[in-house]
Amino acid sequence: MIAQEIYNALQERFADALLEAKLDGVLNPWIKVAPDRIKDVAQFLRDDERLAFDSLMCLSGMDYTGGTLGVVYHLHSMQWNHKITLKVDVPVDNPHVQSVASVWRTANWHEREAYDMFGIIFDGHPDLRRILMPYDWVGHPLRKDYQVPEFYNGMKVPY
Amino acid sequence: MGLLDQRFENSNIIITSLDNLLNWARLSSMWGMQFGLACCAIEMMATGASHYDTDRFGIFFRGTPRQSDVMIVAGTVTLKMASRIKTLYDQMSEPRYVLSMGSCANCGGPYWEHGYHVLKGVDRVIPVDVYVPGCPPRPEALLEGLMKLQEKIRNESLAKKKPA
Repeated sequence: MIAQEIYNALQERFADALLEAKLDGVLNPWIKVAPDRIKDVAQFLRDDERLAFDSLMCLSGMDYTGGTLGVVYHLHSMQWNHKITLKVDVPVDNPHVQSVASVWRTANWHEREAYDMFGIIFDGHPDLRRILMPYDWVGHPLRKDYQVPEFYNGMKVPY
Repeated sequence: MGLLDQRFENSNIIITSLDNLLNWARLSSMWGMQFGLACCAIEMMATGASHYDTDRFGIFFRGTPRQSDVMIVAGTVTLKMASRIKTLYDQMSEPRYVLSMGSCANCGGPYWEHGYHVLKGVDRVIPVDVYVPGCPPRPEALLEGLMKLQEKIRNESLAKKKPA
């Protein structure tokens, strides 16, 4: 299926959850989804036999600056060999997104990384801990307004 | 054959100082502690393998700090790893040595400015005896560093009390 057909299939079921779309791009056509509906959309994309997105290739966190964080999902169907990109935007002061870890097992660690680096909170994640930074680290390093701490556990951090 | 070949056919007597003998023994069997942290570890493994063969210096790698004399810190030291390095260093028995291999372990390397997670030099948590520059250093450079360390051990004295 091409991106437009995938969009139409979603539109039938989730007209209220689709916020925006750019389907004519050469690379990675994307669909923007409401953060509190992403799990249902993901479940449908995986289970519908016309779509069959059985593989979450990548889940990334984003800081768009200006108070907006985001999550980007790159999906691939091994059965049909088609792809689509989903996007979710959340405000930085209330960064809650539904977890898709129950839909694709891949999402478990990827969501932990997005939480670690950007502070995006995935509701319904089975084990939302930091995955890269130490557990007692303060802050989320890939936010654009992040300030490197002067010390960590008595060790000087800047050069 | 080696330098000492054919010299001990009669039961001779060697006269030397205790320090010389101890230091010769110690520098000829510097057991390294495995501490490959990043790409430098690849060069460290190459140094240990048959082409460069650290076994001829009596250097081979142990999996535990309690059997090691020298810790080769090969690679990027993250802040998360730094506390583990300190613990493992403390578990090594004295006399112990540290060789800092590569730019990352020396001073943070390419992460010196934006590496929020990188310790800018392993000498901020443990004392370092030899620094080997390079990114990563070639096996020849690491061997040179190990031979520098041998030189250091050769000139030490275990028997004499250190001046207070």
